[in-house]
Amino acid sequence: MAAAFSRERIDVSTFAVGFLILVVLILSFSGAANAADPAFRAHAFIFLIASAIGLAGLLGWHELSDRQPRFDKTFYEEGIVKAGIVATMFWGIAGFLVGLIIALQLTFPNLFYFPEIGWTNFGRLRPLHTSAVIFAFGGNALIATSFYVVQRTCRTRLVGGMWPWFVFWGYQLFIVIAATGYLMGVTQSKEYAEPEWYADIWLTIVWVAYLAVFVATILRRKEPHIYVANWFYLAFIVTIALLHLVNSLSIPISLAGSRSVSVFSGVQSALIQWWYGHNAVGFFLTAGFLAIMYYFIPKRIERPVWSYRLSIVHFWSLIFIYIWAGPHHLHYTALPQWAQTLGMTFSIMLWMPSWGGMINGLMTLSGAWDKLRTDPVVRMLVVSVAFYGMATFEGPVMSVREVNALSHYTDWGIGHVHSGALGWVGFVTFGALYCLTQWVWKRDRLYSNALVEWHFWIATIGIVLYITSMWVSGIMEGLMWRAYNQFGFLEYSFIETVSAKHISYIIRALGGGLYLTGALIMAYNLVRTARGDVPADERRRSSATPAIQPAE
Amino acid sequence: MTYEDWSSFAQTWGTLYFTAIFFCALAYALWPRNGKGFRRAAQLPITEKDNGDDRPLA
Repeated sequence: MAAAFSRERIDVSTFAVGFLILVVLILSFSGAANAADPAFRAHAFIFLIASAIGLAGLLGWHELSDRQPRFDKTFYEEGIVKAGIVATMFWGIAGFLVGLIIALQLTFPNLFYFPEIGWTNFGRLRPLHTSAVIFAFGGNALIATSFYVVQRTCRTRLVGGMWPWFVFWGYQLFIVIAATGYLMGVTQSKEYAEPEWYADIWLTIVWVAYLAVFVATILRRKEPHIYVANWFYLAFIVTIALLHLVNSLSIPISLAGSRSVSVFSGVQSALIQWWYGHNAVGFFLTAGFLAIMYYFIPKRIERPVWSYRLSIVHFWSLIFIYIWAGPHHLHYTALPQWAQTLGMTFSIMLWMPSWGGMINGLMTLSGAWDKLRTDPVVRMLVVSVAFYGMATFEGPVMSVREVNALSHYTDWGIGHVHSGALGWVGFVTFGALYCLTQWVWKRDRLYSNALVEWHFWIATIGIVLYITSMWVSGIMEGLMWRAYNQFGFLEYSFIETVSAKHISYIIRALGGGLYLTGALIMAYNLVRTARGDVPADERRRSSATPAIQPAE
Repeated sequence: MTYEDWSSFAQTWGTLYFTAIFFCALAYALWPRNGKGFRRAAQLPITEKDNGDDRPLA
């Protein structure tokens, strides 16, 4: 025993993580014993099982790895990037699938509504879909790519020993707690911030560890300059921490119960919620993924970013302006008119940094445009930037009060969100995953470029079907809602505006189905790439072509 | 301070404050002498080579 725990053989970070998990184990045990409601008991048991597995895993790892040097500083930490790729792909497919299911529920309510199975209700599945794609798929993509990019651009190993792994697994546990909570009806009813107080506290711990690992790695860098992608990642991590802390401020009704009361109420609560909600878009879905753009496009085509100066202006203006745009979600509400106008004005101003960034990303290809034809991964990355430009043009238009009067609460909003989510966030993540899988598993090429082509075109057609159908149904229902007859009465009943959207909904579900199909093709391609497989036609070609003999 | 005082303070001084820090960022980005550092920084992703090396950081 004394030898097993001698000073040089124990790893401090592993010990610290183990101690933290032990505290969680004890707290969740007490929570399970004293739970005030069944949902809290279920969650306490999930925490209990997860922390028991975590402790066992740490002990096992510590015993197995004591012969070789742990966390060797002469190597990059790539295991965590591999785990992140797997997690991103897994949650992506899960999230797209739930999205398809709820699209079908809206299209064929007679077939996909099960009143006796409460957890399959649209109201439970919808936050499951949004959180799965934004936080599980997008979040894992950001954690994995940020851990890769910060090491490579700082020329140093990820700092913190076991802590990055705590961030990874702690984040997966948060996802499981959030997702199971939605299905059980546990929600604090704030859009994109649905998890209850104990999940919020857990996420805070994980996120602070993430920030500490990232900042410590930057501080240990071997390069004088901090590459611009790291600035975007840092803004994403810091701002999400701030947004999450403020918007989730609530007082639990019982320390062993799953319900809490927000400290904000009325219009203050609405303003804080949309300050949070819009900056989740601005800093999670934009700043974080712009970091991916600024690293992976230059790296993939081996050309520096078009203008580094523009990237700095892009960064600071985006950060300054985005944070004020939230009130455009609250036009025609109790929010003071000047605050609504402020939100609208800052949204219009966002055109400049958004399009500056888009131009910077696209022009990085100048002189290498042929790669669009020859490398489907580059095409995916570039199309994502084009969708970024399109969605960030549409958003400010919709924030104008008069346009918002037509677009708000309609499917136009859903279409807008998905042109950003499927086109920009999805495609830039897919591009990064194709690159990363090839790089961290040390493969010369992907298993199949043809499958990337299939993925690209199937998914692109899916996006086009999705957003065009939502434009049609959104503008149609917006116009129907405000149509009056000659007597001054509303022309249509609400249910008429719903049934009018049936065809659009079929097209939308088809688009979502295509997008999911593309992701499945990608997952297959990535697995074969990671295993180092060579496509059948290539094997045949290399065996059929005899080696060229040197001339005698 | 009343609500009106707060809102008029935010609407005037807030605008000036943000304009000022934006110009600071602009000056930093466009300052000629910073160009050399930026050119080097822009190369960071490309100059780094792994080549499947066993010890990339040694």
